[in-house]
Amino acid sequence: MKYIGLLIVAVCGGILLSATSDFPDWGYSQSPASTYLSNHYIEKSIEETGVPNLVTSVLADYRSFDTMFETAVIFCAGLVCFLLLRNYNRQKKFFYRHISTGVVLCFKDNCKNLPASKKFEQMDADWIPHDLIIMTVCRILIPFIQIYALYVVAHGDFSPGGGFQGGVIFGSSFILLAISYNLQTAMKKIKEKILGLLSALGVLIYVGIGIICMFLGGNFLDYSQLAKILPVDPIHVRALGMLGVEIGVGIAVMAVMVVIYVNIASEGRHDEGL
Amino acid sequence: MPWQIDLIVLIFVILCAITAISVKDLLSTAILFGAYSFMMCLLWAIMGAVDVAFTEASVGAGVSTVFFVAAVFNTTRRTKD
Repeated sequence: MKYIGLLIVAVCGGILLSATSDFPDWGYSQSPASTYLSNHYIEKSIEETGVPNLVTSVLADYRSFDTMFETAVIFCAGLVCFLLLRNYNRQKKFFYRHISTGVVLCFKDNCKNLPASKKFEQMDADWIPHDLIIMTVCRILIPFIQIYALYVVAHGDFSPGGGFQGGVIFGSSFILLAISYNLQTAMKKIKEKILGLLSALGVLIYVGIGIICMFLGGNFLDYSQLAKILPVDPIHVRALGMLGVEIGVGIAVMAVMVVIYVNIASEGRHDEGL
Repeated sequence: MPWQIDLIVLIFVILCAITAISVKDLLSTAILFGAYSFMMCLLWAIMGAVDVAFTEASVGAGVSTVFFVAAVFNTTRRTKD
């Protein structure tokens, strides 16, 4: 059976490889993909949208409707992860460590979760000793990662980057906090309710900007209509609309990444993991 | 861009892909997928698609590797087949 599968894969791969010789060359100017619309984008996008980065202008302006539903897809991914994995049953055992002596106490079930005080700290069941070097380096590094993420979101109009990448980088800074300290420390910084609200708020910002444009008399997501309420010259108003949309995407992606990580790492219990 | 760099990166992509599906240890598969994504990111950058390369580096090589590792830690580490 294994060899039949290998044979089928080899035959299909051979057919595909022989078919690639019919493709136009890489970067060939007369190929069908680059004769119709892309010339218009390359020549006209700066004067039509006022954004130097062509990819952002296509993603967030010409094909803005696509990007809106991509954001909705990411929101749905976070929602499904939450609905499938979230588990409100508490675990059976709690481990607390006396900080000054290192004695570990184990509390069986039917005992309320003691709040970690200055003398005791809660620890994971399969606990790995916290490394001072890792914790210090990550604590210094995380603010820089977050600043860089904000730069990527805000500078998406001018250089490579945008809402998706910036949101992922911002979310991964929280994941780094959860890995280098523990999950409870990260969940204290950003609560579960806030994460849910933020992931919905990001989609709402995107759709809201589109609906504001509709109320101002234009089409859905026609950013040029925003010039009626924003005191900016009409050339830059499209770039400003794109920036607002990218911020919405960034917020949604950031919250969804943290939600997915927390639910996978702790099997939905949000108490301990990785 | 000299074609030698293209060739080396493509060979690494194929090597990472083949070892990722043939290795029995799922944790190393996760790491190999990260390496695969990073090589794909280099390929996008060579072809001039810097935005796609950025997305591949942050999503493919960064966050999805962490998701894979988290999933492996909560399931089994070795595959049956």
